[in-house]
Amino acid sequence: MARTLSLSSKPKKSASPSKKKGVRPVITKKVTKAPAKTANKAPAKKAAPKKSDVKAVAAKKPAPLSKAPKAAKVTKAVVKPAAPVSKVSKTSTDWSKDPFNAKLKPAEKIGFLREMLRIRRFEQQALKHYNNGAMGGFLHLYIGQESVAVGTASLMNGKDEIITAYRDHGHALAVGMGMDECMAELFGKGTGCSKGKGGSMHFFAPDKHYWGGHGIVGGQAPLGMGLAFALKYKGLKGCAVAFLGDGAVNQGVFSECLNMAALFELPVVFVIENNGYSMGTSLERSSAIRHSLASRAEGFDVDWSLCGGFDLYELRANLGAVMEKARTKFRPHVLEVSTYRYYGHSVADANAKKYRSPEEIERYKTECDPITLWEKQLLKEKVITEAGIEKINAEAKAEAAAAADFAIASPWPSEESIFEDIYHEVDHQTEAGQTGRHFFSE
Amino acid sequence: MPVITYRQALNDAFAEELSRDENVFLMGEEVAQYNGAYKVTEGLWQKFGSKRVIDTPISEAAFLGMGVGAAMMGLRPVVELMFWSFAYVGLDQIINNAGCIRYMSGGLINVPMVIRGPANGGTNVGATHSHTPENFLANTPGLKVVCPATPYDAKGLMISSIRDNDTVCFMENTLLYGDLGEVPDGAYTIPLGVAEVKREGIDVSLIAHGRAVLTSLAAAEILSAEHGIEAEVVDLRSIRPLDEETILNSVAKTHRAVLVDENKPFCGVSSQIAALLAEQAFDELDAPVLRVTALDAPAIYSMPLEKLQLPDAQVVVAKVLSSF
Repeated sequence: MARTLSLSSKPKKSASPSKKKGVRPVITKKVTKAPAKTANKAPAKKAAPKKSDVKAVAAKKPAPLSKAPKAAKVTKAVVKPAAPVSKVSKTSTDWSKDPFNAKLKPAEKIGFLREMLRIRRFEQQALKHYNNGAMGGFLHLYIGQESVAVGTASLMNGKDEIITAYRDHGHALAVGMGMDECMAELFGKGTGCSKGKGGSMHFFAPDKHYWGGHGIVGGQAPLGMGLAFALKYKGLKGCAVAFLGDGAVNQGVFSECLNMAALFELPVVFVIENNGYSMGTSLERSSAIRHSLASRAEGFDVDWSLCGGFDLYELRANLGAVMEKARTKFRPHVLEVSTYRYYGHSVADANAKKYRSPEEIERYKTECDPITLWEKQLLKEKVITEAGIEKINAEAKAEAAAAADFAIASPWPSEESIFEDIYHEVDHQTEAGQTGRHFFSE
Repeated sequence: MPVITYRQALNDAFAEELSRDENVFLMGEEVAQYNGAYKVTEGLWQKFGSKRVIDTPISEAAFLGMGVGAAMMGLRPVVELMFWSFAYVGLDQIINNAGCIRYMSGGLINVPMVIRGPANGGTNVGATHSHTPENFLANTPGLKVVCPATPYDAKGLMISSIRDNDTVCFMENTLLYGDLGEVPDGAYTIPLGVAEVKREGIDVSLIAHGRAVLTSLAAAEILSAEHGIEAEVVDLRSIRPLDEETILNSVAKTHRAVLVDENKPFCGVSSQIAALLAEQAFDELDAPVLRVTALDAPAIYSMPLEKLQLPDAQVVVAKVLSSF
């Protein structure tokens, strides 16, 4: 008997064990440098990736999907955390010519810059107020990773759904949430996007296909799978993109999701935003790796690939292709994106500058910053001028400052609101909501 | 009226709702082709097909979370846990996600999901398969908890739970699946948050839920026949929302309360009822509120000792007599 879930009318995959023709990224060189795995090595002394490592990563870069060599034996190798992919990119494909990028209009390219700058200025403004003590909670900054959220939002087709973890401000702004409501949420104000009930880690906008904003590492992964399940169940031509960090892949539920997404042939793309650090623990100290984090999908018959996240073109090309595959072929995919955060795990991360060197952070800022790279690209393409960039930047700063003013001027939520938004039936004063006692405090 | 089993009553409820609303689907381990580990979903896969009745791998966290995600998008998953004890590997999905998303999103999202399965001891399967988590799931604002004792209640409460727009944790009992009772054909609902007086009495209120209701009814018959004590038996049916009015009315009538609960005593459901009576029925009470609960140890495997761990009618009778 065939497997039980049959949401699509297409024929079942053959149960034949024969390996399907390769779309796998394949390692062609063995990395000779041993990973620093010894526990006694002081993390603070960890140096930035050396040139030899960069080369090794270049060798492991996935070939374009269409040209992947046939299944070669995977050699045991190690990916260094968040390798500076910009260097790699110089020797590989010109992603601007990719079908997902070739037809972009200048206004769209400028729009991407605006969105990335808005995210950065929003978070810098938030950081200022966090450090002043005007807001509490955690503040997991996305600064350095903006290209990933903006690139993803730019690929959504109106039916696609996305979900992420607690580093969620970038995705929120990228899908179109307003700075005012987001900033007010950080301040815990009643005008916040979650009425001050969620905080930094819990931004949601279902009307914009954005399902959070989730605080527990990896806990959002099955929810993303559920979004994909619902799309398929309803017969909608969309996919779900579920983001998670490099630390979250070690949560058991992620492995369960890979298995189920493959079994049920769900249109879901798991995007691992690999910024190299699982809070304060580097990738190599937190994850046992043969090839990459994404390659764990191999054991579940889920397609996977790697891509650099610093170049918006590269991100769009790679993610665009796998989203389309998910939508049309109901094939799940794991895409591991190299990226980097300049700030700590959260602003409360007391060791933010101890588990990695200041030089490493500086190198990423100068060589891999996605906004700087995009600005250079657009200047090269003569899509924008320096003055044009400065204008957008100034507007983003002003918008962020105005959002903070809005948040500061906004009222706190009312005391009565503590008991609102818990039960749908109570909120809507239905018969069910008015039957029996729902809340047990006075 | 047809007489059917508790198991069949649930099965009928699923069939009614699967037919009525295309957004309803069942999923869980062995629910489809195997016909359910306890045969509660028997025949539904043949009738409704693989889109609506879905076998999952043994991955509670993933399929509970998938249910939450699907429910956020407007589907109405009915997710079976082979045992509620297995929920413990997926509690993040139930408590943090199903239970908190509505609040954390400021009311933008709701999770109309039913999580169901047996939650009981007394079946000689040891501690890990004998948990009764109704107390700590009811401890999560945002979740609802239902524990039906009879076939009639099982069907009506299940249909209400599937139609409810919040997440309902529906706790059945393997020892009740074979119980017979009168159950009407067709769909009917029993509202959540409405207790039922299963037996009228004037001398003492036995307040219980789930199988403890049947234990209390048996005890009431003994008390009546052998001791001339007429016990009133209040079946809570739903734990959250809770029908406090029916509890208080009963105690106002009898002036005595013995709480019968297969939950553990520490912060169990009976603790909440005891607090309610202390706060709101103090002047009505002629005796201290007493409790008969599961013994406060992990469920023991050995059969004769396991029988001692759960309330039985004789223990309830003895406790009632001690109150006079």
